Amino acid sequence: MKKFLITLIIILIPVKSFGLIEVDITRGNLNPLPIAVSPLSIDEESRKNFESILKKKNIGSEISSIVENNLKVSGLFNPLNKDAFLQEPDIANLKPRFEDWNLIKAQALITGKVSYVEEKLRVEFRLWDVLAGKEMMALAFTTVPNNWRRVGHIITDKVYERLTGEMGYFDTRIIYVAEEGPKTQRVKKLAIMDQDGANNKFLTLGNELVLTPRFNPTSQMVTYLSYFRNLPRVYLLDIETGTQEVVGDFPGMTFAPRFSPDGKKIIMSFAKDGNSEIYTMDLENRIVEKITNHPSIDTSPSYSPDGKFISFNSDRSGYQQIYVMKSDGSNVKRISFGKGIYGTPVWSPRGDLIAFTKLHKGKFYIGVMRTDGSGERLLTENFYQEAPSWSPNGRVLIFYRETKTDSKGKGFSAKLWSIDLTGYNERQVTTPTDGSDPSWSSLLSN
Amino acid sequence: MKLSKILKNGFLIVFACLALSACATSKKSTGQMQGDVYTGTDTVEYLASGVPDRVFFATNESVLTTASRETLRKQAAWLRKNSKITIVLEGHADERGTREYNLALGERRANAAKDYLMTYGISSDRISVLSYGKERPVDSGSNPLAWSKNRRSVTVKAN
Repeated sequence: MKKFLITLIIILIPVKSFGLIEVDITRGNLNPLPIAVSPLSIDEESRKNFESILKKKNIGSEISSIVENNLKVSGLFNPLNKDAFLQEPDIANLKPRFEDWNLIKAQALITGKVSYVEEKLRVEFRLWDVLAGKEMMALAFTTVPNNWRRVGHIITDKVYERLTGEMGYFDTRIIYVAEEGPKTQRVKKLAIMDQDGANNKFLTLGNELVLTPRFNPTSQMVTYLSYFRNLPRVYLLDIETGTQEVVGDFPGMTFAPRFSPDGKKIIMSFAKDGNSEIYTMDLENRIVEKITNHPSIDTSPSYSPDGKFISFNSDRSGYQQIYVMKSDGSNVKRISFGKGIYGTPVWSPRGDLIAFTKLHKGKFYIGVMRTDGSGERLLTENFYQEAPSWSPNGRVLIFYRETKTDSKGKGFSAKLWSIDLTGYNERQVTTPTDGSDPSWSSLLSN
Repeated sequence: MKLSKILKNGFLIVFACLALSACATSKKSTGQMQGDVYTGTDTVEYLASGVPDRVFFATNESVLTTASRETLRKQAAWLRKNSKITIVLEGHADERGTREYNLALGERRANAAKDYLMTYGISSDRISVLSYGKERPVDSGSNPLAWSKNRRSVTVKAN
């Protein structure tokens, strides 16, 4: 992955915020905030330069459509139709005529300017409160032209942060398993893409089965399961260099890997003689520690963000249920007690919730519960879905869903979906092929 | 008195019916399934004449049924006769479970078969175990019969 080439230069900070517009993220998308995203203005010379470098006719409009799309997909904003805009982009960026924007019911307005400066892309943008007639934020940054999509995501993050008071999640990537072929002989490859589905890239060729990729905290490494030479083992992949190495080379199957929150260890299951236990491996000194010790299936481990606890699923009670223990394996407590079976616990980045998959009466659910098992809330129900992964701000979950085949076994598909923690804003995340096992990266520009 | 006797008998009959129907649902035999364990031969291949290559499991279970044990005894006899052959036991699960749990379940099923073969004198050196979880269904259907065919441990010649 490219180092973060974006230098942030803050040119203006509002001296005082008046607590103007605010977006309540806990309310869901019942009332998305009307926002006008004026195309970023661009002078003719810069436009021509970027057209020859990036093959995009107007990079200013391209960047603002990324912002617009992000805001729309978040479910919290309603970007208004540009046809209704009365003010020219360059003039609006200098001084919006608030009455014009008010007329089309915009409550917030984003304006900006793109220019070509010493072979770089320079972008400045402003966020305006239309009702109060005030500037809320102004930022400028410079980067290499190829980073133009990321500029759109960073602008969205800043706007989202300013209006919701929460960290954004737009300058992020998703690693997942791309799938093709008949259900009985699926070909699976590791794939990575931007959060909005752009820049999709396959990381393996599909010669061997690969499953369950997960990012490390800096999102530069991935741990996953590969059936290379028919030996299912946990691997480590450096996304930038493409280097792969086996880390779980135990005398049996290693699977269900995840990083510890400091990125120094991999936690995984090791199955031998019909028993699956949870182990950790220190990536520096390769010291292996056994964490669970029980003749049942113990798998799908996930650390709490402070590294002090581990959640996992086990069938020690007879069926798959969710447990929490201290990170040394002591103090094991079952936390799921609802009807049905529970699996794939994943601790939220905020530390207060655990997302899970539940099977009850033939239906699969994605839900969340507090870390003591209380407050269970089911967000979505379907024929088959599992494996939630949190957005870095803990507001959105991405997971995969499989369709039921017809009487002839036809019609199978696997797709990525996302849903807000509120249970609203469920939507498919489009991928070039079928997809499963998504994992959300951290915020790249932080 | 008379009435209560009639009622009592009536109840007995009702109870008997309930008991029977309960039995019928819990051990339903549809021709290809007993309970939810596959008993058909659609997907079965043969390691040698009269030696089926696979055994089937109930949902979430890794317990060998009577029929499975019989199949494995035939495999053990064949392996004893062909002492140079090594095998891979491929354990599988149906699609109605989470991916990681199913990997563990497939491993547990294949090991149930391995343990049984070992009690009939087959050395563990000749057996390796490979779990595919739900990754390689044999039937792509989304119905109980298809799922029963997919919950299996398949013995594959490795050399």
